[in-house]
Amino acid sequence: MLEFVLPPAFLMMFGAVLLALSRPALRPLIALATPLVTLYFIWQVGDGVQQTVTFLGYEVQLVEGSNLRRLFATVFALMAFGGALFAFRQSKWWELSAALLYAAGAIGVSFAGDLIVMFLFWELMALFSTVVVWCGGTERARAAGIRYAIIHLLGGLILKIGIEGLMIQTGSIEIRALTLDDFNTWMIFIGVLINAAAPPVSAWLADAYPESSPMGGVFLSAFTTKTAVLSLILLFPGQPLLIWIGLYMVFYGIIYALLENDMRRILSYSIVNQVGFMVVGVGIGTELALNGAAAHAFTHIIYKALLFMSAGAVLYRTGESKCSNLGGLFRTMPLTATCGIIGALAISSFPFTSGFISKSMISSSAAGEQLALVWFLLVAASAGVFLHAGIKFPWFVFFQKDSGLRPKEAPWNMRLAMILFAVACIGLGVFPNLLYGLLPYPVDYVPYTADHVITQLQLLLFAGLAFFVLLPLMKRTDTVSLDVDWLWRRGLPWVMERSDRAITGLRNLTTGLAGTVGRLLYDLMREKPYRYFSSRSPMGQTAIWMAVLLAVVVLLAMT
Amino acid sequence: MSEQRERRPADADHWLVRPKTIRILWWVFGAILALTVIGQVFVHVHGYFGIDEWIGFNAIYGFLTCVAMVVFAKLLGFVLKRPVDYYDVEPRLSPNPSEAHDDA
Repeated sequence: MLEFVLPPAFLMMFGAVLLALSRPALRPLIALATPLVTLYFIWQVGDGVQQTVTFLGYEVQLVEGSNLRRLFATVFALMAFGGALFAFRQSKWWELSAALLYAAGAIGVSFAGDLIVMFLFWELMALFSTVVVWCGGTERARAAGIRYAIIHLLGGLILKIGIEGLMIQTGSIEIRALTLDDFNTWMIFIGVLINAAAPPVSAWLADAYPESSPMGGVFLSAFTTKTAVLSLILLFPGQPLLIWIGLYMVFYGIIYALLENDMRRILSYSIVNQVGFMVVGVGIGTELALNGAAAHAFTHIIYKALLFMSAGAVLYRTGESKCSNLGGLFRTMPLTATCGIIGALAISSFPFTSGFISKSMISSSAAGEQLALVWFLLVAASAGVFLHAGIKFPWFVFFQKDSGLRPKEAPWNMRLAMILFAVACIGLGVFPNLLYGLLPYPVDYVPYTADHVITQLQLLLFAGLAFFVLLPLMKRTDTVSLDVDWLWRRGLPWVMERSDRAITGLRNLTTGLAGTVGRLLYDLMREKPYRYFSSRSPMGQTAIWMAVLLAVVVLLAMT
Repeated sequence: MSEQRERRPADADHWLVRPKTIRILWWVFGAILALTVIGQVFVHVHGYFGIDEWIGFNAIYGFLTCVAMVVFAKLLGFVLKRPVDYYDVEPRLSPNPSEAHDDA
């Protein structure tokens, strides 16, 4: 335990700072090398607590390793590499630097041995993800970034209240399975769930992510919600409430994505949907379910990044992200379209893609626990995923109608990143043991059985049939959908307007009243001044008193 | 509707979008759908709850739940959908008194 371990998160932060300070020519190299070097160090972290430091008088566990933690840190580092590859020629250096710091926060949370360390890296993520949102560079991005930051700082505050309470009452800040039996654990639970985009505040995700730059969206899709999933696995495994929260998220994502017109907002809603599957897995809490949640987080990060890359490339080339203005892009962006379709198949859990081997573990665990309702809802949701993301995204962006747009294919670095992640999606689907070997518990689950493949194909293809049969109902409208964020985007301004009006009315009333009374007095004074002032106090009286006062002062000064 | 561009690029009539191709694609798609259901005759499905062992259960369940979700979303859309600039409004505050009351 005494040997020196370099915390992987610090390495990533060092790379990000170096990138900011170095010459422009060196920046691409640093952006690409940092995640890979970090990945190497992630795999050097052994099991158990590896490093403790003293922070504000507390002995905190900076690095603690386990299969689960390494799995998440690995996919975060891979994601940082893929994102950097996708972005390094198009992004400004500050966006790359902020994205690496954001990834460093996620890796830091993955290895955090106690709640203090977790909280610090949690806030690092909130800070730099906000910067990544702001890198969208528009007025809308600025406003969305502020809303995003407020939600996450509030979430962090709630988390901190819980952590401090737990520390005072139990004296232990160890990361361990907690039960929801007092105020402190509830606070931690809520704080973590806010980052998972759980109800009622799921809206922050689809509000902020689509306002980022075409490159920034790729980074944003990966870290915040998945670190929350990891924290839920570590802190609240088997908490039954999570099953219902997760199911709500699953259907919330589908319904809102069906209503949405902006392609990156569709993908954002589908993040909530996919995280919902993971949250259900954590709620079921068996070894198979937790394996499923972890595996699904891993595969999800890769295919969702691929989808955001595909959408980002389209946005980068056309400057357009509304489905109603897109369509027919397969002609000139065939590779972007192909990679987008592979990502879409993976998110829909088509056989021989990565989603198939991970999501099925979660639904199987529900069946294994005889949770019939949960199982039937999850199966319906799987069909719904194909509907809202699997077909809707590629159909409306790359096919649908001919929008007349003939953009160039994506730049080479974007193409390379997409190919890499598309290969990963299929590779994990064909060789599931690559992933199964990394999971926290031993896996005896076999995804590829004839009946599983055939039932899944039936489910998905008939969902596809439903999509094309109901196409007239899905005509895109250029609208936004109301959500809970109405409360602070329209509700709060409304309250502000109303109270402003009330206060102004009150002020006008008071000034009016004061004016009237004052003018009355003033008139009286001006018209008959002698009756109020000098007539009753002659000048001589004042002179005498002044003389007395002066005498007293002189006397006092002399003594 | 408003996207009718004047110029017609050479690849507007791509082979993939010709009505003939689309008709063929529908037939192929239909055949694959049928195959997945017929395949269940030969592959015994180990269901968890009984009903999910029925032939074509996933097909019907997948189709119907999707129809339900689309219809539900459509209905919800009538309540939830707003014009795209719905949130782009500044709060209308009262005029600043220092600017408004210089008539005194």
